[in-house]
Amino acid sequence: MEVTGAEIVVRCLAEEGVEFVFGYPGGAVLNIYDEIFKQNKFKHVLVRHEQAAVHAADAYARATGRVGVALVTSGPGVTNAVTGIATAYMDSIPIVVVTGQVPTPAIGLDAFQEVDTVGITRPCVKHNFLVKDVKDLAVTMKKAFIIAATGRPGPVVVDVPKDVTAHLTEFVYPATVEMRSYNPVVKGHSGQLKRAVQMLLEAERPMIYAGGGVVLGDASPQLVELTRLLGFPITNTLMGLGGHPATDRQNLGMLGMHGTYEANMAMQHCDVLLAVGARFDDRVIGDPAHFAREQRRIIHIDVDPSSISKRVKVDVPIVGDVQNVLTDILALLKQAKEKPAAAALNAWWTQIELWRSKNCLKYNQSGAIIKPQYVVEKLWEVTKGDAYITSDVGQHQMWAAQYYKFDKPRRWINSGGLGTMGVGLPYAMGVQLAFPDAQVACITGESSIQMCIQELSTCKQYRIPVKVVTLNNRYMGMVRQWQEFFYGSRYAESYMESLPDFVKLAEAYGHVGMRIDKPEDVEAALKEAFSPALKERLVFMDFQTDQTENVFPMVEGGKGLSEMILAEEL
Amino acid sequence: MRHIISLLMENEAGALSRVAGLFSARGYNIESLTVAPTEDATLSRMTIVTVGSEDVIEQITKQLNKLVDVIKVMDLSDGRHIERELMLVKVKAVGLAREEMKRTADIFRGRIIDVTDATYTIELTGTGSKLDAFLEAIDPAFIIETVRTGASGIGRGERSLKI
Repeated sequence: MEVTGAEIVVRCLAEEGVEFVFGYPGGAVLNIYDEIFKQNKFKHVLVRHEQAAVHAADAYARATGRVGVALVTSGPGVTNAVTGIATAYMDSIPIVVVTGQVPTPAIGLDAFQEVDTVGITRPCVKHNFLVKDVKDLAVTMKKAFIIAATGRPGPVVVDVPKDVTAHLTEFVYPATVEMRSYNPVVKGHSGQLKRAVQMLLEAERPMIYAGGGVVLGDASPQLVELTRLLGFPITNTLMGLGGHPATDRQNLGMLGMHGTYEANMAMQHCDVLLAVGARFDDRVIGDPAHFAREQRRIIHIDVDPSSISKRVKVDVPIVGDVQNVLTDILALLKQAKEKPAAAALNAWWTQIELWRSKNCLKYNQSGAIIKPQYVVEKLWEVTKGDAYITSDVGQHQMWAAQYYKFDKPRRWINSGGLGTMGVGLPYAMGVQLAFPDAQVACITGESSIQMCIQELSTCKQYRIPVKVVTLNNRYMGMVRQWQEFFYGSRYAESYMESLPDFVKLAEAYGHVGMRIDKPEDVEAALKEAFSPALKERLVFMDFQTDQTENVFPMVEGGKGLSEMILAEEL
Repeated sequence: MRHIISLLMENEAGALSRVAGLFSARGYNIESLTVAPTEDATLSRMTIVTVGSEDVIEQITKQLNKLVDVIKVMDLSDGRHIERELMLVKVKAVGLAREEMKRTADIFRGRIIDVTDATYTIELTGTGSKLDAFLEAIDPAFIIETVRTGASGIGRGERSLKI
């Protein structure tokens, strides 16, 4: 029996086992929405702005490991979605975004709500498709899901003109599709694996540097086992937090621009570096020339060959799926007769403990003003370290990364690569829908939260009981910090004037609002927000925090990784 | 260093723009780019001439390989290869210059493919430097118009790029 293109889209999503489609209707997708109305395989979540639809789908993917799905209309629907798509692209998140398009005869004629979707999204997708023939629709949807989820994951856009959604054809959903041009490498090269193991066993000052690839590749158990077996120190990138448990003694915390003293020093001074699913980006190793001043040998495992030797030359490149490669390395290590040099390793750990004893994240919660770090620490305690934490972008994001000790992967949901303010609330929605019984908190600032605040309405409609933890310092904190350090304290446009009364705002949307001014009220507020009484409610907590608090340690942009500014030095 | 990179890709709408977009987005140079379908109509073959350090060329080939539509990439400059470019030149051909222009074209093994009372159109193939040399050998005042295809390349001997 022949069915319409619209029905094919919906049935493809059902075949893929999609649970949620985040979207917003419009002219070009009305046929698809009509089919959504008639089905009950998946739930459609109506956001209030297309950007949030893509963010929510992205967060669903980050938290579950499954492909997230968003659906938007042509023209402005697409342009609104672009920020979300670019955010997912930078962090390699598998999502499929179905976009409506004007009917094929109208394409190129500047039709109402027409944009060149394939052209506009090309630089920020893993791949995109314009489906011009309904006969290609099902196979294209299958390709989109395969491409999004395999290799280095990423967003895929499928642009479907309105007439294609009305055209008829037989529906056949292929179990898989072979693509001669797309074959991601899965297994690491055996010769390189042996070289890597040899190098690890010869190391005197080893270091493991693990990134988001470990989380995306579900390689956390292998990484933990490898780190235990070797006894090496390990650091996580911002995207890798939770890939190795933060409370483990071998974990030196996050590295990079706001990394810990011990992680950055160990990174700089190690003699063998094992990089796993990380890409040596500018916020992580600072100036590559400064990083290269110290002699070290580098093993780099990554599923994407173009991530290897991009900013830093490496000695042993291993292209492959991180889980596979780590499993193979573990097997080789267990067979090896040699063991890591114990004496050298002990001396290295002595040095690291000396660095660690600087206690670079200490802060002083005294006086009448709430320190933002204190709120995050209390949140960690109240949620027993077991919540899903989403964040926006800025100082609060760094404090969340530093003070919420993530022990599990996929618990820390943030925009690392693109640094998109506004993701926090839609991210929390995507996570909470995926895990209705989990504790989900969005750590945000008063500036970021306003970039997607309209989603409080979506949360009301679907009863999404996330807890919003706003560290309200009445400044775009990170901008203010840079202006203080590098622009002579000229706070150009970084002060948020005319802030709304967030308590009233939350209440206007039908939620619970709280304003917390005193340090002694922080813990009680958090406990109340996470209490059974408010389990079903969204709670918006407006913490009035220290306006002048800065994030430390800090490596100034363009400086070397070991050239940190520490809190005590100011 | 100048590199000549050949690649095979799916002959699909938008494939060219993915390559061109990659070069502009990542700030790589394109000296020339030619593309046409192969004997297998589902495949396009592209030849890109680019300039960059070894690190940049390594990134270019990796990034090209990463494009979902790209099937195979080969840096022809990594081995022995042949390059050819086609140029059409329209020149003034009047008076004494008419004979001189014909002679110069003959020396460069060019062919005159269109003639009027006042002009010749000369077809010339060869490496880019040969085409440059021809343009240097004639009086620039006589050149009305030139058009060049950009380089195409192929490996020598058994070396080949196919799926």
